[in-house]
Amino acid sequence: MVEQRQPRVADVEHARRIAAAVVDPEVPVLTIDDLGVLRDVRDEDGTIVVTLTPTYSGCPAIDQMRDDVLLALTAEGYRDVRVDFTLTPAWTTDWMSEAGKAKLEQYGIAPPTHRAGERSGPIPLSLGVKCPRCGSLRTREVSRFGSTACKSHFECLACLEPFDHFKVH
Amino acid sequence: MNAQLNDAELAEAAQPAEPAQPDTARPETARPETPHSEAAHPATPHSEAATAAPPAATPHRDAATVNAEYEAEAADAHGDVTVDELDLAAELSGVPSAKATADVAEYALRLGDDALILSQRLGWWISRAPELEEDMALGNIALDLLGHARSLLHYAGTASDRSEDDLAYWRDEHEFRCAWLFEQPNGDFAHTVARGLIAAIWMQELYTALTQSTDASLAAIAAKSVKEVAYHRDHFVQWTLRLAGGTDESRRRMLVGLTDLWPYTDELFRDDPLHDRLGGAAPRPSSLRAGFDEVWDAVLAEAEITVEEFTNPKIGQSSGGGRHGNHSTHLGPLLAEMQVLARRHPGATW
Repeated sequence: MVEQRQPRVADVEHARRIAAAVVDPEVPVLTIDDLGVLRDVRDEDGTIVVTLTPTYSGCPAIDQMRDDVLLALTAEGYRDVRVDFTLTPAWTTDWMSEAGKAKLEQYGIAPPTHRAGERSGPIPLSLGVKCPRCGSLRTREVSRFGSTACKSHFECLACLEPFDHFKVH
Repeated sequence: MNAQLNDAELAEAAQPAEPAQPDTARPETARPETPHSEAAHPATPHSEAATAAPPAATPHRDAATVNAEYEAEAADAHGDVTVDELDLAAELSGVPSAKATADVAEYALRLGDDALILSQRLGWWISRAPELEEDMALGNIALDLLGHARSLLHYAGTASDRSEDDLAYWRDEHEFRCAWLFEQPNGDFAHTVARGLIAAIWMQELYTALTQSTDASLAAIAAKSVKEVAYHRDHFVQWTLRLAGGTDESRRRMLVGLTDLWPYTDELFRDDPLHDRLGGAAPRPSSLRAGFDEVWDAVLAEAEITVEEFTNPKIGQSSGGGRHGNHSTHLGPLLAEMQVLARRHPGATW
């Protein structure tokens, strides 16, 4: 079936699969597709153009992701590859896939608890965050700012383990 | 400042203001108190090597000459240093390949410099904050601000074919456009909280309004930034409440911090002819005041702080001047530290 398609379309589809499999260097169980960072893959006059969006403005992982996408595609034989960045629309955890959330929890990071639009008002109402190790809801936020910009730091009052929470953004 | 408690003790003393917290068994993380020294910034890993190098170059040699000399020196001194063209993300401004007009570039430069200088100030706290979590929080906030600075300076540079690094590292003091609030010293932890509170409330009002800009790049940068600044504001509000509602000492320090930083507030809201020319591309600074005051007053009310406790009619508000390149004495030393690595080793990467 694949060889019957127009070469250009087939290339983009293939390139998209390759790019989508690149993992987040900070949270290697998530692909950049799970994370919602991969925004677009297209063919621009024979050049494969991949568009990424940073999670947070200062996220240092974005440059690594760009390099990894370039390496993955060139390893597959693509000669002309470009990675663009876009800030708009601004990234949100609402774009994280359900599979990605499940993988996060299995990895020991509590996934976002709700959709970003539900947070409002000057004093954000926080939902209970479930401990990814023991499942208890008896947890508390130690710090809004965790090991990376996208995570907050929690501790579980039941099993006493600290854990990261991928914060709703 | 008459510091009797170090910042770790200050934070510990203010602990009772968090009634919702159960016993946290927080480890004692007191560190030697060095809040006033301008020690080497952790982001300049080769500064030891730089200070051990021969006397500084004369300021008028061009970058290529300096580069050649120090490339030779670096190759000699450090076998693993590579000097290469920086390959920074070229399109981190909102709209790829958009070019700023001269006026929009000047405006982006102001906001970019505010974010850059505050980021540099906050980075100093890493390894020195009152508790480990606060090291990470201030480091995260500094990183967000650095991201905003990169986007804004990249966009500003499109008007004059300069990169974000050209603007950050190769401008001198009088070419910076940050307001005086951001260049003020960190002081003790309460000073940093007071400055952070003023800055974050202002930035949230600013970026919220700027999302409506007729300039697509400014609007995109603002939409990205406002989500992050909301966390910063929340963080500094929490610390203000905690310090003001903690012990007598933590409250006293919070009031001193507010007293010292409040005079730099008005500069943020002053209109000048640039804003007339920008039209719909940027909100007039004065238009942000009402929104700022509403949040500010609400925070003070919750912290049970009255205006009289931190304002002195004899002091009033600073005339500032940062938007036109007139700076306080504090910016020069900050820039010297921030720029030394790039100027001594042009194009260095690690």
